[in-house]
Amino acid sequence: MKKTFECDAKIEYLNKATAFLEETLEEIGCNMKQIVQLSVVLEEVFVNIAHYAYAKADSAGNIIPDTGSGQMSLTLVAENGNLSMIFEDEGRPYNPLEKEDPDVTLAVEDREIGGLGIYIVKKRMDDVSYEYKDGKNVLSLMKKL
Amino acid sequence: MLNINILKDAGKAVLALEGRLDTSTAPQLEDAINRDIAEITDLSFDFKNLEYISSAGLRVLLSTQKVMNKQGKMIIKNVSEEVMEIFDVTGFSDILTIE
Repeated sequence: MKKTFECDAKIEYLNKATAFLEETLEEIGCNMKQIVQLSVVLEEVFVNIAHYAYAKADSAGNIIPDTGSGQMSLTLVAENGNLSMIFEDEGRPYNPLEKEDPDVTLAVEDREIGGLGIYIVKKRMDDVSYEYKDGKNVLSLMKKL
Repeated sequence: MLNINILKDAGKAVLALEGRLDTSTAPQLEDAINRDIAEITDLSFDFKNLEYISSAGLRVLLSTQKVMNKQGKMIIKNVSEEVMEIFDVTGFSDILTIE
């Protein structure tokens, strides 16, 4: 099974992408717990792409979220008991997996707000990889079902 | 979709959440908390009907916990298995008081 969903990289399409994911997972017989887990993964990656993939930089080189637009896609591949979620966009090259993991053992006062999204993705999935290929960011996430 | 039901009594408040605490609904909770938390010394969340949480929701809980550490206590009750898993993965089960 292989299915692709395409949309503008905008937060307002997250609900449609989630519906696409949930329908497909139901079709291949995933349980509610798996569906919720993978929906969280989708949201974390989708939000990053929507905010940053096409964002422009200011004169100091800081990236300003939500300042550009472009396409993104999510391809779901189910085979051999594995589910792969492949995210593609044509924005600036960015490997989210390089982001340093937050220290999840720190006390409340020392915890920083943010940085947890991609960490959840890494913890939830069994294999994660990134490549920049043919002008596209390609993030592949695999989960054993 | 997120429904927030707030019960306030003197310095105490109970926020019952129903639905999803995600990117699109987290600002709604943040607004409700900012509006209602000022005089509160005893804050509890009822997560019985909360079926989903993402990092956007965690951010609101963390910033609220930081505020409540200064002015009182904060408790989260009736956490579902799905939400608890996210708390465990992120170490939030160690920094929040979950009953």
